[in-house]
Amino acid sequence: MRYVDEYRDAGKARALAARIAGLCEPGRTYRLMEVCGGHTHTIYKHGLEDHLPEAVELVHGPGCPVCVIPMGRVDDAIAIAAEPDVIMTSFGDMMRVPGGNGSFLDAKAAGADIRMVYSPLDALKIARAEPDRRVVFMGIGFETTAPSTAMTVKRAAAEGLANFSVFCNHVMIIPAIKAILDSPDLRLDGFLGPGHVSTVIGCRPYEFIARDHGRPLVCAGFEPLDVLQAVYLAMRQLAEGRAEVENQYARVVPWDGNPVALRAIGEVMEPRPYFEWRGLGIISHSALRMRDTYAQHDAERIFDLPGVRVADPKACQCGEVLKGVLKPWECKVFGTACTPETPIGTCMVSSEGACAAYYNFGRFSRERFRETSAP
Amino acid sequence: MCLGIPGELIAFHDDPPDLATVDVSGVRRKINIALLAEEELRPGDWVLVHVGFAMSRISESEARAVLDFLEEMGPAYDDELAALRDSARDSARDEGELLALRDSMRAGLNPDDLRALRD
Repeated sequence: MRYVDEYRDAGKARALAARIAGLCEPGRTYRLMEVCGGHTHTIYKHGLEDHLPEAVELVHGPGCPVCVIPMGRVDDAIAIAAEPDVIMTSFGDMMRVPGGNGSFLDAKAAGADIRMVYSPLDALKIARAEPDRRVVFMGIGFETTAPSTAMTVKRAAAEGLANFSVFCNHVMIIPAIKAILDSPDLRLDGFLGPGHVSTVIGCRPYEFIARDHGRPLVCAGFEPLDVLQAVYLAMRQLAEGRAEVENQYARVVPWDGNPVALRAIGEVMEPRPYFEWRGLGIISHSALRMRDTYAQHDAERIFDLPGVRVADPKACQCGEVLKGVLKPWECKVFGTACTPETPIGTCMVSSEGACAAYYNFGRFSRERFRETSAP
Repeated sequence: MCLGIPGELIAFHDDPPDLATVDVSGVRRKINIALLAEEELRPGDWVLVHVGFAMSRISESEARAVLDFLEEMGPAYDDELAALRDSARDSARDEGELLALRDSMRAGLNPDDLRALRD
């Protein structure tokens, strides 16, 4: 496993950390947001914050598509699943996400036919096998999964599978970053761009961050050295007074993304006028819905949805965590009322959520660090 | 879901089109490669697989690095790999059915007729 060690060399990590420290202006603090939950995971797992100078703070962003689904949409999906002839299909990540009246798992226990699938194509298979049932696929995810849903819908249309539809909850990363940049309670100096989302959308869509907001963004890989190197690149831009989009993860992320995947999304889906994000509120043109051409495969047009907006539980501070205003451990219910076993908020449900990552790894390295640095 | 799983391309299938068999951590399943239509893929190439679709081509060393990262993630990756494995099992079972569907479509039957036939 030589190639992996290459990204983990402790000596290289220390050297990078020293170079980052060398870029800090005395008296200035730096806040960099990592948009993707995968990066949050690496940061906590390897205690990267402990290697960085105190002036550099990593802020966790909204990059977990399960975490941002509002409770009302979960309730809508459960209402669809409750129809007697419906088979609801969903990725496993979604099963424990609480709505106003419980989760998919609770609905399943109460008798709804809800099945976990690995791929939307598996949902299509169920639709072929069960022509008398209406099979609905719960479409969730950023641009990494939207092309797969789009391709599956095209396939269903081509095969004339009238009993297959999608409940489309796909969201887009760029409007979320825009909303965060426009949020008055958050001061950020730069971004670490998501790795795998960028394989689809490429680096170009981030250019407004540099151009209009004067902030650097560096697309980053998931290994500890990737993250440290991306921090270094962003810090170097700040030190030199530059604001650009850089691609630290060029070994995977093409500058122009995957044009075939982008075309597939555009053919089947279009931006919604607005969509509610858990914690971030209503963001215009931030999510996708099915185009009129594919109306017959659009669960939102086939079923009557309650469409009720449900406020998050009062105790839950996922919103602040998703925006990076609060650290997971600063939430009132973190680790007490809200744990991965009994999550109140979505950030604790998904393994890519900041709270679950911190609960599973971060708190140990933080405690370790405190112990070793105590006098 | 958000993180792709690296798979090694083993074989391509023309019929139905856009399918290839990949090996993901020892699990073999068919995935859709239509989204990489503009790449020249060969057996032995590595791709990042998101929910049953190849989304980008990567080098072998990168594939190892991503696999290593995913294995470390623990339960999240275990769940996804288990889902993939279960789904691969289903694929094998459904293959006959798919072939029947294809043959009947070739013969000019529309899917409604086929459904009627199956019932």
